[in-house]
Amino acid sequence: MKPPIIHVAGLSKRFTLGETRSGNLRESLAVATSALLGRGRRSARTPKQIWALRDVSFDVAEGEVLGIIGANGAGKSTLLRILSRITTPTGGRAEIHGRVASLLEVGTGFHPELTGRENVALNGAILGMGRREIAQRFDEIVEFAGVETFLDTPVKRYSSGMRMRLAFAVAAHLEPEVLIVDEVLAVGDVAFQQRCLGKMSEVAHSGRTVLFVSHNMAAVEGLCDRALLLDRGHVAATGDVGDVIAEYLTRAAIAPVVDGPIATSADGTLEVAALELLDRDDLPLGAVQTGRPFSLRLDLTSAAPLRRVGIQLAVNDALGARVAVLSSTVAGSEADLPMGSHRVQCVGRDPPLVPGAYSLELKILAGSECLLFERRAAPLLVEGGDFFGTGRLPPEGWGGRCLLHQAWSIESAKSDAESIV
Amino acid sequence: MTESDGQGSGRIGGVVIEPPRGLAAIDLAELWRSRELIGFLALRDVRVRYKQAALGVSWAVLQPLLTMVVFSVLFGFLMGADGRPGVEGVPYAVSTYCALVPWQLFATALSFSGNSIVQNQNLVTKVYFPRLVLPIAPIVAALVDFAAAFAVLLLMMLAYGIAPGPEIALLPLLILLTLATALAVSLWLSAANALYRDVRYALPFLTQLWFFVTPCVYTTDSVLGNAPPWAHWLYAANPMVGVVEGFRWALIGGPAPAPGALLASSVAVVLLLVGGAIYFRRMERVFADWV
Repeated sequence: MKPPIIHVAGLSKRFTLGETRSGNLRESLAVATSALLGRGRRSARTPKQIWALRDVSFDVAEGEVLGIIGANGAGKSTLLRILSRITTPTGGRAEIHGRVASLLEVGTGFHPELTGRENVALNGAILGMGRREIAQRFDEIVEFAGVETFLDTPVKRYSSGMRMRLAFAVAAHLEPEVLIVDEVLAVGDVAFQQRCLGKMSEVAHSGRTVLFVSHNMAAVEGLCDRALLLDRGHVAATGDVGDVIAEYLTRAAIAPVVDGPIATSADGTLEVAALELLDRDDLPLGAVQTGRPFSLRLDLTSAAPLRRVGIQLAVNDALGARVAVLSSTVAGSEADLPMGSHRVQCVGRDPPLVPGAYSLELKILAGSECLLFERRAAPLLVEGGDFFGTGRLPPEGWGGRCLLHQAWSIESAKSDAESIV
Repeated sequence: MTESDGQGSGRIGGVVIEPPRGLAAIDLAELWRSRELIGFLALRDVRVRYKQAALGVSWAVLQPLLTMVVFSVLFGFLMGADGRPGVEGVPYAVSTYCALVPWQLFATALSFSGNSIVQNQNLVTKVYFPRLVLPIAPIVAALVDFAAAFAVLLLMMLAYGIAPGPEIALLPLLILLTLATALAVSLWLSAANALYRDVRYALPFLTQLWFFVTPCVYTTDSVLGNAPPWAHWLYAANPMVGVVEGFRWALIGGPAPAPGALLASSVAVVLLLVGGAIYFRRMERVFADWV
């Protein structure tokens, strides 16, 4: 067997939090802290260290297409950034035997004032193409992007779709031995995503080694042979792509909810002590039943009075896609909270959710300022119920994201022709 | 970059990624392979700078020209038309503009290069290339402005009938010294800027102070004429003193700078450059995490 083209051994990355010097990082660390440390009680001022990656080891064979999956904050992007040499690891080692190109974002280095032609050259150079290489592929790139007529127009006058197409076209024509791709397909419209996926699979099948990060499980399953599941910086599973995705979905469904506060705001003034699912009589409920009222109860403690508090509970599906948002602001129940503890209750009537595993995302705002954000505040299981009053639900295999109340009628004309409306 | 090596990761053997330890040498070979990228980034800077600016590249000429006019008038009032501190036998306007041209090259290079890491943080956090490319590119771009301002200087000399002597052959060296000075300072400032945004605010102020301690609108002799030799040496530690007086010497027959003074300037620049490179290499590891 040939030696692996990528060899990663014990790779670790530690971030020191606390003394932040840039506003951007402060935000990301608030999210990272809650995601990785779970429920940090201490104030965010004391420097904390978190391991974004801990002892990650794996090999990738030449020509293999490896999918990297995991929840947000699992360390996927950090891993790609280290392998792309954008940031350095704290420990461990990685070897890559070949020319690497990484595509962590579509359109890195695009300048709005420059024309399409100038941007292709600049972007190509930034991504590592030589002048001759760019000249050779220029026509191909322009054709793929479909922007021939606008080549000498500044990119700032492009529609966002055109800009995206041009940017992807440049990246798609890189010819490295190892291609590292982050969630670039998450942007753009469906047609554009299809096009990107098509190009990606072309690259994947041309014998190049690809590392591919995505939340789109269908894309991962379609493109990759093997997958690696990261969970809080550790390798949780690796192997056949189907098995690893199954493992990921199982883990996602049973996200742990432990005693103690489930979320704390970055400055420590607001704490969410509990988030419970109750039935109509306020008795604890294990799962929501489709079509049956349920109630979500939040216990909050605020160390200071807060004005215009809005609470959002978003229902996300197992793949992380938003299904619905419950918002006290939208429902007209924004309120001022005095200092002290509060019990908030939200009753959902007639939930049209398709049975399955979901999670609740929690966000608390004061005015427009986000006080607290917890991507996976609690799991939410939905079981089948008698939504339609017929005792039937669409079987699992039919797909769909929600149920709609419906009324059907059929009128048959008296003459010989039949018509169904 | 050549076709055999796109991202600076060698085809043969590949790259090894490990935690950084100790001092890192500058990979000059990698930097050389990135010369096309430097060119593209410099081209971008030049194009972007004057897009949608009605006066376009004339700004590169207007800045030193107007500065010259202001000081001509000001010193004219203060000291009388003949008492203005210019090179003897040369109109004050020419003497001053001749110094402002290299100064402007330095100031432009410094201001763009000093902010380069912060300005390009979208690149720093998303794609790998030798980070040194970023402070170097705007310095190359500044040469375009310099060329325009220099052309006007030649016209001015023509109009006043001033012909340069054979000393003009040394001009490229002086330009190189200007660029090296700008790079040396920018290596420190651009890296520090990534971590402490204070630099961004301090930079214009620093440039302004530096302008006043450099003999642009006056000559060294006019302020240090009777000063003891050590004062001259101290003054020459400012590399731009050597550059500015060198320009006057090479183009309009100003007094020759003391070779010792130029040497002192060069030594100061080399020290600053080496220190800056070491600091930059140390800090570049955390750019992506901190910027």
